[in-house]
Amino acid sequence: MDQSGIANYIPILIIFLLAIIFASAAIVLSRLAGRNRPTSVKLMPYECGVEPVGAARERQSVKFYLVAMIFLLFDIEAVFLIPWAVVFPGVLRDPSLRHLRFIFYGEMMLFMVVLFVGLFYVWRKGVLEWNR
Amino acid sequence: MTGLLLEWLIKIAVVFAILLTAVAYLSYMERRVAGWIQIRVGPNRVGPLGLLQPLADGLKFIFKEDIVPLKANKLLYIVAPAAAIIPALMTFIVIPYGSEVVLFGKQIALHVTRINVALLYVLGLTSLSVYGIVLAGWSSNNKYSLMGGLRASAQLISYELALGMAIIGVLVLTGSLDLVNIVEAQRGYWFGFLPKWNIFLQPVAFVIFFLAALAETNRVPFDLPEAEAELVAGYFTEYSSMKFAMFFMSEYLNLITSCSLATTLFFGGWTGPGVNSYPWLSIVYFVIKVFLLIFLFMWIRFTFPRFRYDQLMRLGWKFLLPTAIANVVVTSTVLLLVN
Repeated sequence: MDQSGIANYIPILIIFLLAIIFASAAIVLSRLAGRNRPTSVKLMPYECGVEPVGAARERQSVKFYLVAMIFLLFDIEAVFLIPWAVVFPGVLRDPSLRHLRFIFYGEMMLFMVVLFVGLFYVWRKGVLEWNR
Repeated sequence: MTGLLLEWLIKIAVVFAILLTAVAYLSYMERRVAGWIQIRVGPNRVGPLGLLQPLADGLKFIFKEDIVPLKANKLLYIVAPAAAIIPALMTFIVIPYGSEVVLFGKQIALHVTRINVALLYVLGLTSLSVYGIVLAGWSSNNKYSLMGGLRASAQLISYELALGMAIIGVLVLTGSLDLVNIVEAQRGYWFGFLPKWNIFLQPVAFVIFFLAALAETNRVPFDLPEAEAELVAGYFTEYSSMKFAMFFMSEYLNLITSCSLATTLFFGGWTGPGVNSYPWLSIVYFVIKVFLLIFLFMWIRFTFPRFRYDQLMRLGWKFLLPTAIANVVVTSTVLLLVN
């Protein structure tokens, strides 16, 4: 079977539909089969049996936001590495690309250095310290 | 085309059924292993050896009352468990679980589908699971849920980086994102006895992958999002009935996927002695390897205490990520020098 053929994505579509059907069936089934006698106490937010204090959606630490931002930066860099990693062994094996070998390697190493510098900067700025 | 479609439908149905059964029995296995490690019996009342316990649990889940808290965001509250389980169910189909067998006079490859970006597909879908968790945490209108959801999302994205970087170490060796190719590359032996598994070439990458997979599946010692001593049940505190079960199932599905991926990337997937002459053995090898890894996960759960959150973040960002990047650098340098 051709591995790059678009037809090979059809099973993904099928299992996607199947998963949706399964998920909705599970929700509907328990809705229908389970008993339903809500009381006001039952519908209260759970707070270990005590009356809830204040609103649930309170302000949270900005750390979570910062981590999300650094994640985006580093993840894009990781995504950039993947196509390089796929091509790299092929470049090494191909004798006709011999002269390109070091450029191919060196450029990615340069990129890695930049990546490390970025991590070091974030580190020094104390973004990764959680107990401050 | 019809024959191909039929083949796909049968394979999907079989994989789907096996996955769901495996999830049910993993919950049983987890409790039995827990009992065994903690010198108690575990569930042994329903059926012989308690083997019908998952069935009883399933029935109970269905007949439980489905509660939607008063101030919850109703739509998101209902969508969240579906958002968690749908990607979890979809990941497995690109993983090769065996070589090729002949069935009814037809050559059948033992993987549901083969795409050339399989590894990216798996990574992408596993990162989608964070949506279900965040939605659940936010929509429940509960402090514990919100806290658990936030913790889980920060933890998942932090360890995903290390996971991705560890995988790049393997990619540099194989040069393909196709999981079938990655398994094929690990066939054969070095010096006639040592299997050509990637773990021998990339031990550091495996350790990073393993730790990150523990964190990605929210398991001890990284189960901060649902640390029961502080957060009740984390992001699914308010959930009951089948919706709770769906979160539970998606966690076990992610566990199966992580272990299958670890098997495929580092332990040669379905390869093993005698596979060439008896192709059916390949499934047995694959299942045994995945099962041993899952057992290791369970063993760790009942052996190690939980991290503190700052320790968790420190491990992820200050140790695993730099080590993973260094691993890629070292691997590619060695490759360049060897060639």
